[in-house]
Amino acid sequence: MQKVLLVRFGEVHLKGLNRPYFLRMLTENVKRAVKDLGGRVWLSDSRIYVADVEDMDECARRVSRVFGVYSVSPALEIEKEFEPIADACVEMMRGYSGTFKVLARRSDKRFPVTSQEMNEEIGGRILDANANLKVDVHKPQHKLHVEIRDQAAYICAEEIHAVGGMPMGTGGKAALLLSGGIDSPVAGYELMKRGVRTCAIHFQSPPYTGELARDKVLSLAKILGEYGGGMKVYLVPFTKVQLEIHEKCPEGLGTLITRRFMMRIAEKIARGFGAQALITGESLGQVASQTMDALGCTDAVVSMPVFRPLIGLDKIEIIEKAEKIGTYETSILPYEDCCTVFTPRHPVTKPKLSTMPDAESKLDVEALVNEAVENTEVVVV
Amino acid sequence: MAFGQMRTVSGCMEAYLDNSATTRPCEAAISAMTDCMREGFYNPSSVYRPAVEAMRQVRDVRQKLLAALHGQEGDAVFTSGGTEANNLAILGSVERMRGRQLVAVSAVEHPSVMEAFRRLEKSGHEVRVLGVNQQGELDYEALERALQDGASLVSCMQVNNETGALLDAERLYRVVNGRALIHVDGVQGFLRVPFDMKWADLYTLSGHKIHGPKGIGALVLKAGVRLSPRQIGGGQEGNLRSGTENTPGIAGLGAAIGALTENGFAWRDALMEKKLRLIDLCRERVPEVCVNGPDPCHAAPHIVNLRFPGVRGEVMLHALEAEGVYVSTGSACSSKKLKVSGVLTAMGIAPNVAEWALRFSLSPNTTMEEIEYAAEAVGKCYNLLKRFQRR
Repeated sequence: MQKVLLVRFGEVHLKGLNRPYFLRMLTENVKRAVKDLGGRVWLSDSRIYVADVEDMDECARRVSRVFGVYSVSPALEIEKEFEPIADACVEMMRGYSGTFKVLARRSDKRFPVTSQEMNEEIGGRILDANANLKVDVHKPQHKLHVEIRDQAAYICAEEIHAVGGMPMGTGGKAALLLSGGIDSPVAGYELMKRGVRTCAIHFQSPPYTGELARDKVLSLAKILGEYGGGMKVYLVPFTKVQLEIHEKCPEGLGTLITRRFMMRIAEKIARGFGAQALITGESLGQVASQTMDALGCTDAVVSMPVFRPLIGLDKIEIIEKAEKIGTYETSILPYEDCCTVFTPRHPVTKPKLSTMPDAESKLDVEALVNEAVENTEVVVV
Repeated sequence: MAFGQMRTVSGCMEAYLDNSATTRPCEAAISAMTDCMREGFYNPSSVYRPAVEAMRQVRDVRQKLLAALHGQEGDAVFTSGGTEANNLAILGSVERMRGRQLVAVSAVEHPSVMEAFRRLEKSGHEVRVLGVNQQGELDYEALERALQDGASLVSCMQVNNETGALLDAERLYRVVNGRALIHVDGVQGFLRVPFDMKWADLYTLSGHKIHGPKGIGALVLKAGVRLSPRQIGGGQEGNLRSGTENTPGIAGLGAAIGALTENGFAWRDALMEKKLRLIDLCRERVPEVCVNGPDPCHAAPHIVNLRFPGVRGEVMLHALEAEGVYVSTGSACSSKKLKVSGVLTAMGIAPNVAEWALRFSLSPNTTMEEIEYAAEAVGKCYNLLKRFQRR
């Protein structure tokens, strides 16, 4: 008998011929998550198992944050003999009170006791041993799973919901424009959840932004990185671009042109490390630069897909997600970021794409982009 | 200035002009503290010989501190710093009085004083906030009215932490004339501006503003002043502040006081001279610069608040940071809140102008070379940044 963690995966089941690839990635990611706990991880009949871990709670917490995992259960692995199984079930349910149900499943049909017989017999023994429990087969408070598999039997009474999604690395590579606000970390999370390996790009404008703003962004990237093997952050010096725009472009288009430069620079950096898409935290209509017209103008300067997972969400929904992910408290720290430095008083909300070349005509776009990319600093958190 | 360059290249010249936030501990303080931790670590409340020696050291520092304030007949309570001492002075003295009190406080106090008064107000006492003029000078008429209405406690800071404005403590003492308790927050003033305990009943000081360690401060009491403790337990510090004494901190504070007092006070004039030089040099490079608050000649020798029209203080701060010049936009305790300084607006400076403020605070150890370097950086940064004003 030994303690193991049962790891169930969700959507990966739907895959066809390339399912082994997804499972291999997922198993590797689980291995990485529990590496320093010293656990042994293996894949067997469409389950991942983790064993030989001393701190099972910490192991469950970590594995439940691995993308692609649907739920985890701390369980006992028992030899396939009815009596030891029944004894272990009685023992496991000793601390519980309320209603329960036994859910036996016998995938190894050579096992002599049928599922229904196990439900009845084990349920009866638990009732005899624990006066605080009653049976409810329809809506039980506790479910005791008994699974007779090929190699062993497993019992578990708890199921912890995990983050779901797809295994990290199976969804390609992308670059997240990370501002330090509430939205962009959530946007990054949403795509990381779909298995996208994500790097962050942050624009900083010293002396208009300070060390605290930089520290805040690195903290956010660190929180995101905990969901998938760390994160690389590209810190782009952006002051010169902003000052040039401020001096040489029409005021009302300042923010939009700034966004266009961010996209150009981000695309160039993204291509540099093999990313295939950009991710932004824009939500339709939230501010002037996020109207449909404005988004059209920003997208026009890049030739790779721009993912905006928050496009249809309200601020309040984004905040709820940020709280759940754990980025909210950091996001609301009050340090100025580069977006607010030269905010025009009356930004244009319905810009025309055709006016953009003229508005940017006094800028040497290519030189500014290249200079920013060249001086970008990379930090791994 | 290279835009985009966030960090200073190491080995470059630096000028630390944020000594009102904290100071570098002096060698004497560091060695007194390490000695205390290595050798004299005993609990001063224990009764064997080495512990009695530790108690004696605490007593010596207490006397040294009282002597520096000409308050030998009074007492001093060691605290964790200025904030705790201010809290103890205000909340502890009012708690000792019977019934609802009228208390008065100047409008430009540090949050550790202001928040204590706010707490009093919440618990039913009446708080009168006394205004100041453009020079940061207290409204003595308002004070007189408060006293006539029966005010029992008045709290004013000796040196304003943002502008360097000085309290005329002797005048305050004469106006109050025994009608109320006087608390003076001397965190920024202690030793750098002369003070005499005959002018106040309660006086706050802090170790890390005078080249001592953080985590130590004191509340000095004139003889006969009674307080209720805020922290109870084993009855240390005359039952006013329970908890085992922070002996290394106390030793460090004692050494720091010693270093600043043992060879006279000629350094005060030198400090003033450096400050005036800094202002002159800034003015040479930036003719538009203005002083917020009092005439620098009649203010504390180590603090000056300058404003650079059209450039937000925070932006200048970060630009100077890249040059290795460290200053602040206001008190370090409030500068993270990104609000315009309450002190400056209380002095009648419009918020959009107060936004341009930058505080330079010197220490006796500041060199003329640092002053010159800082002024040069100020000119360089300002002349670059003033082009880019928010429209």
